[in-house]
Amino acid sequence: MADPMRVRAARSGGITTVKILMSHEMETGQRRGANGTLVPAWFIQQVSVRLNDATVLTAQWGPAISKNPFLQVELNGANAGDRVTVAWTDTHGDSRVDEIRVP
Amino acid sequence: MKPPARQPQGFGPVAPAARARWRARAGWVLTFFVLACLGLPGLTCAADRLLSFHNDGVGKASDEMARFHQEMLEDNPSELWEARGEQLWRTAAGPLKADLTGCDLGLGAGVVPGAFARLPRWFADARQVMDLEQRLVWCMTQQQGLTRAEAEQDHFGNGPQRSRLEALSAWIAGQSKGLPMQAGIGHPEEQRLLALGERMFRYRAGSHDFACATCHSGDHRRVRLQEVPNLTDPADARQAWTSWPAYRISQGELRTMQYRLADCLRQQRLPEAVYGSELITALSMYLAHQAEGGIVTAPGLKR
Repeated sequence: MADPMRVRAARSGGITTVKILMSHEMETGQRRGANGTLVPAWFIQQVSVRLNDATVLTAQWGPAISKNPFLQVELNGANAGDRVTVAWTDTHGDSRVDEIRVP
Repeated sequence: MKPPARQPQGFGPVAPAARARWRARAGWVLTFFVLACLGLPGLTCAADRLLSFHNDGVGKASDEMARFHQEMLEDNPSELWEARGEQLWRTAAGPLKADLTGCDLGLGAGVVPGAFARLPRWFADARQVMDLEQRLVWCMTQQQGLTRAEAEQDHFGNGPQRSRLEALSAWIAGQSKGLPMQAGIGHPEEQRLLALGERMFRYRAGSHDFACATCHSGDHRRVRLQEVPNLTDPADARQAWTSWPAYRISQGELRTMQYRLADCLRQQRLPEAVYGSELITALSMYLAHQAEGGIVTAPGLKR
């Protein structure tokens, strides 16, 4: 089970800035371990952000994204109390969904 | 067909007119250097700067680095460790199936806020001066019934093999954010460790005859391009001590002071430091004392 994401939102002048920290190893599949064998690839592939029931962002990620990645999204027209749902799926098929309310 | 005869270049006699032009140009170049040396001491005598161990630390590159650092600091991944640490604190574990909320970090059982700013300190129950990590190991043995080896087995995390002590340290340090450092220096044992720590700081050893003080007792010294703090200066010591534990960007891991000091000793080519040993706590005691009054900013963010 993956660790929870840290998701924060702040509203200013009609724009809601959502900051997301994900906990993930993000192995590229190119790196060799201490014993000389390749460390298998293991990274987040799909990311989505939803505002209430509308998908506002989808992304396909690859091995170039850093370990413990940070993602920032600016949303138009979000209101206090709206649900922001962030989801990711990695190359192991593991996934994580976290939800917050816009303050 | 014959190729056109080449004009000799750079060799042979030079026409008098050309020579005069060259001399005039050399004159200008020379004048420029003299003026530059007189007028712009910061720019010139670059050779002197390059050869010197010191730098002024305000070059363009370090400004960019500072800006990048500030930007990263606002979204410090150590938050992920803090979250896990808080959960570990409250989760029952070990043969006694107990959590750590009964652990006394110096301010009473279960009191976390402000505890980190007072460490290392003397603990009467353990009859020992302990830093945060030693105290956590102690609590894991006392509260949860683990052996010391079990409590310390994952002391430094490595990717998927994660450390409980690093996560707990991150959370506990973060609970002292904004408070001034005030390590214990009243008890005779605290004073003994402080003296031992200062001795170790200045103790030259190893194949390179290095002491901590070799690099850390002057202003603006560098190890390769990395400027290192002058830990004999309270201003630098405060900034350094209060920003650990920290997320190490180059490792993608959160590291504690035990790790930091063991890595310093490794770079000095000294024998590997034993985790949780008195030596590391003595060094910590010296640094925490140097940093007295500094405001805790941990968990920090490092290159």
